Amino acid sequence: MSQITVQGGQEVVGVARIEGPILVVEGAANVSYDEVVEIQDARGQLRRGRVLEVGQGFAVVQVFAGSTGLSIDGTRVRFLGGTLRIPVAEEMLGRIFDGLGSPIDGGPEPLTDVYRDVNGQPINPTARIYPRDYIQTGISTIDGVNTLLRGQKLPLFSGAGMPHDQLAAQIVRQSTLGKVAGAPPTEGEEFAIVFAAMGVKNDVAEYFRKSFTESGALTRVTMFLNLADDPPVERVVTPRAALTLAEYLAYDLDKHVLVVLTDMTNYGEALRQISNVRGEVPSRKGYPGYLYSDLASLYERTGRIRTSKGSITQIPILTMPNDDMTHPMPDLTGYITEGQIVLGRELYYAGIYPPVTVLPSLSRLMKDGIGKNRTRDDHPRWGAQLYAAYARTQDVRALASVIGEEELSDVDQKYLKFGRAFEREFVNQAFTENRTIERTLEIGWNLLSMLPKKELTRVTLDEIAQYYKGDDAAN
Amino acid sequence: MSDQVGTITWISGPVVRARGSKFVGMLELVEVGDERLVGEVIGLKGDQMTVQVYEETSGMQTGAPVYGTGLPLSVELGPGLIQSIYDGVQRPLPLIEEAMGSFINRGARFDSISREKKWKYIPKVKIGDAVQGGSVLGVAMETDTFEHRVMLNPDDSGVITWVASAGDYTVTDPIAKLRMGKEEKTITMMQRWPVRRPRPFKNRRGANIPLITGQRILDTFFPVAKGGAAGIPGPFGSGKTVTQHSIAKWADAEVIVYIGCGERGNEMTEVLQEFPHLVDPRSGRPLMERTVLIANTSNMPVAAREASIYTGITIAEYYRDMGYHVALMADSTSRWAEALREVSGRLEEMPAEEGYPAYLAGRLAEFYERAGYVDNLNGTQGSVSVVGAVSPPGGDFSEPVTQHTKRFIRCFWALDKSLASARHFPAINWLDSYSEYLEDVGAWWLEKTGKDWLTMRNRAMELLSEEARLSQIVKLVGPDALPYTERMVLETSRLIREGLLQQNATDSVDAYSSVEKQIRLLELALYFHERGMAIVKRGAPIHLIHDLPVVDMFIRAKSSITNEEMHKFDELKKQIDQQMGQLDAEYRS
Repeated sequence: MSQITVQGGQEVVGVARIEGPILVVEGAANVSYDEVVEIQDARGQLRRGRVLEVGQGFAVVQVFAGSTGLSIDGTRVRFLGGTLRIPVAEEMLGRIFDGLGSPIDGGPEPLTDVYRDVNGQPINPTARIYPRDYIQTGISTIDGVNTLLRGQKLPLFSGAGMPHDQLAAQIVRQSTLGKVAGAPPTEGEEFAIVFAAMGVKNDVAEYFRKSFTESGALTRVTMFLNLADDPPVERVVTPRAALTLAEYLAYDLDKHVLVVLTDMTNYGEALRQISNVRGEVPSRKGYPGYLYSDLASLYERTGRIRTSKGSITQIPILTMPNDDMTHPMPDLTGYITEGQIVLGRELYYAGIYPPVTVLPSLSRLMKDGIGKNRTRDDHPRWGAQLYAAYARTQDVRALASVIGEEELSDVDQKYLKFGRAFEREFVNQAFTENRTIERTLEIGWNLLSMLPKKELTRVTLDEIAQYYKGDDAAN
Repeated sequence: MSDQVGTITWISGPVVRARGSKFVGMLELVEVGDERLVGEVIGLKGDQMTVQVYEETSGMQTGAPVYGTGLPLSVELGPGLIQSIYDGVQRPLPLIEEAMGSFINRGARFDSISREKKWKYIPKVKIGDAVQGGSVLGVAMETDTFEHRVMLNPDDSGVITWVASAGDYTVTDPIAKLRMGKEEKTITMMQRWPVRRPRPFKNRRGANIPLITGQRILDTFFPVAKGGAAGIPGPFGSGKTVTQHSIAKWADAEVIVYIGCGERGNEMTEVLQEFPHLVDPRSGRPLMERTVLIANTSNMPVAAREASIYTGITIAEYYRDMGYHVALMADSTSRWAEALREVSGRLEEMPAEEGYPAYLAGRLAEFYERAGYVDNLNGTQGSVSVVGAVSPPGGDFSEPVTQHTKRFIRCFWALDKSLASARHFPAINWLDSYSEYLEDVGAWWLEKTGKDWLTMRNRAMELLSEEARLSQIVKLVGPDALPYTERMVLETSRLIREGLLQQNATDSVDAYSSVEKQIRLLELALYFHERGMAIVKRGAPIHLIHDLPVVDMFIRAKSSITNEEMHKFDELKKQIDQQMGQLDAEYRS
């Protein structure tokens, strides 16, 4: 267990009650709400906690490492007089920390005198810069139809067993600042990466570490690891510690920061566990009523501000329990984040990587980062046309499954072909394939050219004249 | 001005309990702790008071003082509101940024309305005039074109004893003196009003003028009247916010109050950066010059989110009292309801459905009932129209907030995830939505356009519901099994869906559709149907109609014909006549 960085404060010997990770401490005066405490068990081991509720003469304390081994009389609780802070420094890039921000890579504590409250503070909406610069991830389903912008929060909604980790690793490896289609390639500005793992298996953390090493990114990555066998309560702090560092890197040091949070579902469960122990009134599926506000306090720590050149872009990963998108975690996340990339099992079983289900996926900010002078003039309408055509394909497939493919009209047959090609050529790409925005647009037009011109009502006639490659007469 | 009235005994998140004076009033504004954070008394029991605090309480201690103010939570009303951006308790965000930087710290105290700025004021009363609450005392130019009518506080009345001459004044300079009984009261341009108390008016009028939004699915199919209330429920990603923004941009109201209640920070920034550059199609002035923004984003304190709705509607009522038409957007009322739930949970109240307090329905009713088209105390007429977004968990409309909202609104715009997935925007489902204002606003359309809008609208809806029924059959047996007359219904419905209902908020031509354009499109779609039906009845195969070039022309008309080019619809009609006429001739024999 790490050393406590704040000294002093009043100490209370003995606790009144222990319930799960919650202690009720009596006899302490002038305790502050949200104050950090240091807890010493009978054998002198230290752990940290935080005040959840204060009343006259008592305080409710949440122990990050859990209460195993604590006893009523043998526990000493010291109130440290401040909220939870972690040190932040540029040299933390390339290092690995535990879920509370203490080094676990054998290196020393970061040398800095800058400490920041892990809870952060809300960004004033008038101080924000609206995101407009896109990030080229080299993945068609993102760049083409769900464009990610710098300063956006765009989660991956996935399910157990699907390759969300690979996709996140590919995004991290390939991301560069986007440029106008046709512009000469330049040395891409690199992102600093803050990676927070909450309750994931050791293999997953190891996978990311290996992937960062292979791509040579390790020196610009900071990892905060709270693994599956680490104390669940600590999970509530892990993303906050990561975002506190990200804010320092972005807003104090002007860096572009990509934050990957995995797996938010485990975070939600930790929150639910604490809420249940405290006997709070639950809302849906036992999650606390403040789940939305709590998640917002993480996701909203994204964006750009006027006083800094840097940005924070967030890619939270959620595994949807039972692939259910209406489960409170993905549901409330979707209401806060600026879109979502949804992975689907059907495509995954069909051997398509990345198995991005295009129709329920969305990037809300896309409209402001693409088009003329950003990607290419036709991009917005091209994207809408691809969506509309692929949505039509779904209807045709449903019909074909009833009446058989042969009975379909000529146009519907073409949609069926388009749909298959869309999945195989546009959605599907290799883990190592880094497509330029030009290439993505070109593939899209090739696919649209499989349909009669008359069907393409979302793009302009000029665009059809310029980019349509099919033989309309044959169509 | 404030004395200590208690000492803190318990703290849990935004809820604090204190013991002390029994003279603190319910809903009184108090200042909590040494940092004097703003709070409101929400419960009293003996000498114990329960306070909800509008700022983060981290670091607060038991034993810290609570100060009383003797006043309820109020907003400042006067010139300077327009173009402002406030948090949920009316603190100006730009000043907070100036003083504290990019992040919102605690304990920020600023005047809501600038005390320094001078306004050009012209008195409209003279000495000896008897004035009532709401009487217009004078006017101040709030922007180059917007006339702010300075009114007497609704609770005051008396005889004018002194009037300032026309000139430049701040909101705290005296502009008149009033004898009320024995007292003489000095009047300024600014007044305070408690947010939870609706501002009084003389009486309600019927709502029969539509609020024109330039959105075809709303104006043509599901209109809301000025002074009416509408709800937009929808799962995430279905376009609630885009729809709200479109209404805020294009609605024919004179003042817009936009409340970002527990939503995304970037969205408010978008409004802030976009509105000053957009031009109001009616006044020719930047849209920001009629807009008041309340931004209490999801990561800002939850109790202030609860207050933001009341702050917004009180400001809206204030402009209504001047005789203006005001439209208020609240995005999202679900986040406001969740704030109620969170505070209720901390108070350990007995929950009703899904953890929401039992008084949820009552609070929603109070809010929506503050909408209305009214005769004001000063004899003018004004309206507040309310459009509330609802964010049902999982998109399930049977949840409590959507269900209770439905009871208090008369216009329901149901957003649909599957339409959004197909990029059919606005993703308002025409079969699930309804408007109870249809009959009320019919006369207005007749007068304005000379056309029987209601009959045409109902005919189009009939076709669309017929389409829904037919597509069930198509799903089972394919379209070929349907007779040509029924397939004609499918053709026309597609025209209506793609050429009328779909509207691109980002396209400069399509974003706003004038009333004239809307009715022309509707009329032409029905004309197309009528002619097509006659032809297929004579045995012409449906694909001949499907392949007519005019189909494509019609679908593109929404973005190729601007609001100023109504003559092009005559050309479009000629095209229909020509192309259909040819087919007609072929199959006549």
